[in-house]
Amino acid sequence: MGIILVKEKDIVIPGEKVASGMDFLPSIGTFREGEDIFASKLGLVEIRNRVIKVIPLKGYYMPKRGDTVIGIVTDIGFSGWTVDIGAPAEVNLPVGEALRERIELLKSDLSKYFDIDDVILAKVFNVTKSRIVQLTMKEYGLKKLRGGRVVRITPSKVPRLIGKGGSMVSMIKKYTKCEINVGQNGYVWINGPVDGQYLAEKAIQMIEQKAHISGLTDEVKNMLEEGVKNEA
Amino acid sequence: MIIDGENFKRYVIELSEKNKRIDGRGLKDFRKPIKIEYGVSKNAEGSALVTIGKTRVACGVKLEVGEPYPDKPDEGTMIVNAEFAALASPEFEPGAPGEESIELARIVDRGIRESGAIDTKKLCIKKGEKVWLVFIDIYIQNHDGNLIDASALAAIAALLDAKFPKLEEDGKVNYKEKTNEPLPIVKKPTACTIYKIGDKLFVDANADEETICNARLTITMDENGTINAMQKGGMDGLEQDEIEKCIEIAKEKTKELRNYLKG
Repeated sequence: MGIILVKEKDIVIPGEKVASGMDFLPSIGTFREGEDIFASKLGLVEIRNRVIKVIPLKGYYMPKRGDTVIGIVTDIGFSGWTVDIGAPAEVNLPVGEALRERIELLKSDLSKYFDIDDVILAKVFNVTKSRIVQLTMKEYGLKKLRGGRVVRITPSKVPRLIGKGGSMVSMIKKYTKCEINVGQNGYVWINGPVDGQYLAEKAIQMIEQKAHISGLTDEVKNMLEEGVKNEA
Repeated sequence: MIIDGENFKRYVIELSEKNKRIDGRGLKDFRKPIKIEYGVSKNAEGSALVTIGKTRVACGVKLEVGEPYPDKPDEGTMIVNAEFAALASPEFEPGAPGEESIELARIVDRGIRESGAIDTKKLCIKKGEKVWLVFIDIYIQNHDGNLIDASALAAIAALLDAKFPKLEEDGKVNYKEKTNEPLPIVKKPTACTIYKIGDKLFVDANADEETICNARLTITMDENGTINAMQKGGMDGLEQDEIEKCIEIAKEKTKELRNYLKG
């Protein structure tokens, strides 16, 4: 019989024994050595039936296939753009994956489509074995995001910001009257009235800082209600 | 960390039209808390650690005995040096001092020198032969904007904290024994930097705001409200009425900063 040595939402440090016995399965943030499971990251334990995860408190974004991400154009090349998605390396977005129409490379100016500092919503359609990330914008809803600005949070806090079925982010949208797009890479694009943007950023920062606290939704709601009241 | 400069700048300007800042302060508010710790270094004759928000600057004062300059045989000398530790910010690189650190040291130096904060005549031990040399070393420990004001405050705080070491009869300095005699500090100059973003004037910009500022003006004032030094930075110009406004702000803010100093 296996034993779990920690409770749900405990903070563990790398190398800490989380469980022993073959009944449990190591998932992200953990590894198995012998019969025991150890944490490999500093973070919070999450137990789902037999699967044990450690959600890191902080971390870099590791691109996964199917992630919708927000990117910022950092360079324009001959046949594509270089995009910063917060991953360890910058990512290339070729013209063929970005535009629906065919264009003549020699005759056209790519900055007409996306310029440096432009914000785009894209999707990771493949990560090769050598970790080269391939982006696409040829799917429904993927587009250039005009106006607004980008704030950054730690990628591991993204699920908390979105909430169950998008509840958290839609609550922020409702109170602040802003458009918000959350990328899996931790880049969050906000557009709307200035006061709304200010309030939304405050809410996002609050979620990032207090992601591990239960009852966060109510706390954020109170903060937003107060913020809206102060504006009026 | 700012990842989209232009969009961020637009947002800051729009927010400033409603008299608000990204961190909720007013345009002319310093970050809180402002703290000064004295005597943080055992080996220095005087030291201070200044914290403004997340910006942390340490400063040490070291006294040595040496020869005076030939044109001022009865006056001690002062040298300011600033070091940007690579640990303080991802933008700082180790190695030779950069343009920024030299500028910072010179602004602090000018403020103290031109105000006459140190009575250099009292640093003379024997005319033409021996005087005290005052070394002021500034170490940036964490960079979150407004390094100039923090460094100038740290420098004057460290000078106020400094005590002469014991001078032996054979002319050597005994650093192990400190006397109770403080340095002859007669004035307390403090600096206030005013940043121009869009066409609004900001005080105490944080690192994010600094990246988008068009121009900045540092004004150093002593307790009488005399302007001791000014330094303009950034690409944009400042108009005459803007400079007058800056002086008004600096008058108030340097006074506020001076209240944190001891004595």
